[in-house]
Amino acid sequence: MTFDVRLPIGLLFLTIGVLVAAVGLTGDPAVFRAHSAGLNIDLVWGLVMAGFGAVMLLLVWLARKGELPPPEA
Amino acid sequence: MSLSGVDWGILALYLVFVLGIGIAASRRAKSGADFFLAGRAIPAWVCGLAFISANLGAQEVIGMGASGAKYGIATAHFYWIGAIPAMVFIGVFMMPFYYGSKARSGPEYLRLRFDEKTRALNAVSFAVMTIISSGVSMYALAKLIQTLHVFDAPFAQLGLPQAWIFHGAILTSALVVLVYIYAGGLRGAIYNEVLQFFLIVAGFAPLVWLGLKQVGGWQGLQASLGPSYTHAWAGMAHATTNRLGVDWFGLSMGLGFVLSFGYWCTDFLVVQRAMAANSMSAARRTPLIAAGVKMFVPFLVILPGLIAIALTSAPDKASAGLHAPAVAGAIQQHAPGVIPVKIDSATGKPMLDARGRPQLDYDLATPNLLLRYFPTGMLGVGLTALLASFMSGMAGNVTAFNTVFTYDIYQAYIRPGAEDRHYLQVGRLTTFFGIAASVGAAYMASQFNNIMDLMQLVLAFVNAPVFATFLLGMFWKRTTGHGAFVGLATGITVAALHHGLTLPLDNLPGIKGGWIAVTHTYPSEMAQNFWTAIWAWSAGFSVTVAVSLMTRPKPEAELAGLVYSLTPKVVVEQGAWYMRPVVLGVIMMVAVVILNIIFR
Repeated sequence: MTFDVRLPIGLLFLTIGVLVAAVGLTGDPAVFRAHSAGLNIDLVWGLVMAGFGAVMLLLVWLARKGELPPPEA
Repeated sequence: MSLSGVDWGILALYLVFVLGIGIAASRRAKSGADFFLAGRAIPAWVCGLAFISANLGAQEVIGMGASGAKYGIATAHFYWIGAIPAMVFIGVFMMPFYYGSKARSGPEYLRLRFDEKTRALNAVSFAVMTIISSGVSMYALAKLIQTLHVFDAPFAQLGLPQAWIFHGAILTSALVVLVYIYAGGLRGAIYNEVLQFFLIVAGFAPLVWLGLKQVGGWQGLQASLGPSYTHAWAGMAHATTNRLGVDWFGLSMGLGFVLSFGYWCTDFLVVQRAMAANSMSAARRTPLIAAGVKMFVPFLVILPGLIAIALTSAPDKASAGLHAPAVAGAIQQHAPGVIPVKIDSATGKPMLDARGRPQLDYDLATPNLLLRYFPTGMLGVGLTALLASFMSGMAGNVTAFNTVFTYDIYQAYIRPGAEDRHYLQVGRLTTFFGIAASVGAAYMASQFNNIMDLMQLVLAFVNAPVFATFLLGMFWKRTTGHGAFVGLATGITVAALHHGLTLPLDNLPGIKGGWIAVTHTYPSEMAQNFWTAIWAWSAGFSVTVAVSLMTRPKPEAELAGLVYSLTPKVVVEQGAWYMRPVVLGVIMMVAVVILNIIFR
């Protein structure tokens, strides 16, 4: 059985990303105005991290299906 | 600012994943080769990212931010001059001998190429150095976490004194690194380094984004800081006309050649990552892939420092009208900005420099920026990034120490000829021992700061001339073991002498130099460092050549695979163009020249 480091990376980024984005959605807009130059950084960066995690998981899935070579033979 | 449940959750998730990767890797750590060399089965991109990550320790992240705030974008020389050319050189020219010689460590290569004594000198100094540097960085991180005050509230709730934040930070990180290396060996460390690399990027990229957004982008930085901060090559003709206090020759020879090649081409901490690769081609591509990423790391770690100083010396609102905008180099007194004034912990008063101006605590540039910009949620991501950088740096030291101690000290001098299983066990125990020694070094650093500075200084002397040894060993078949050893010893002595005879401006003789007599004064500590390296290397190089010519070389038959002219060339450059080391190397060099032109 081969170990694909993209699997834990994907899972961790997806989880953290969703979590942080959720904080951004429910958070007080005043905090972001005061703190992060008026940008809801939690929502934006949470989505970026979640997206990156999803891409990693997609690569793992493609590799398992045999469409891309596994990273460690 | 204190941590909320979400931030704790993110930190906890990170720890769970890091431990999980270590345990997953342990299923494949069955032999010495698995544990110490990751079974030589790791793909090039993973090795390449681990290669960078092992270097992107907390000291680098914090230190480069501090230098960015102090010296400006010229700090990028540590990457564009001080790393990329050496990384290309090791990938294209040196890796065939490291990987092809089947040596299991840097010191072991020296034994194969030269003799026992050269290996012993290199192995022992390297082992001590890794422990010291991992201890010092552990101390720095714990101190930093304490200074940030983010854990004050939870510790107060638990009824623990604030001093326990320091202990807690040291013990937790030590324990986690211990578990994943003990279980997974080098493989566990490398896979975690890749995860940690992405986390560091995820934590610092948004910081740079928000910071640049507020200061008005790169143009905004240029406008508020002036050219001495935003040009890497301006004023490099003379040491007195730039912020670093070095001239172009000292910079390119000292940093670009001796220190850079000495570190990137010989330090086993990085070389080990490439030696874990699954083929010769992958091993050669490892530093080249790493170089491709490394050249953009300045934007991640140096820019926060520039942003912090921009927000400190020209505060947008708080102190408008109080001070004139920053003329390059002039730092206002008590500027209420991101970077605080350094406080003497003994007296509680601001620390002053030799001219009586308050010193800024540059080390807090990046961390304070993080606290300023990151709300709950992102704060957890940012702290995770700091922790990740710390652990990757420490794990790099620990795995390198393991291998060198087990193979080059234990197997070589304490118990040779035992079974592989025995050395695997010793390696695991060494992890424990190495981490315990690092923790000890961290506490020593907190007690006797000067002793640790002194140790680091002495070890820097040891490291300066070592590139001469490897370079001559790999590319001149006439080099002998006696030549290498005497050359190395001379280089170390010359480094110490040079340090003892020179002093940077505005310093007192002592730990900063001049402890024999002050015969020359350098405009900056950096200039002194670079010239110490240049002298040490030149002395090491010439003495190695001279003694080699007077002594008998090894028969050529014994040197196949170890020396350039006696090793069959790797003609099979198979695969697509982007898989070829030479092509990759040329691309990296062109890219780094372009970066230098953009930021000239």
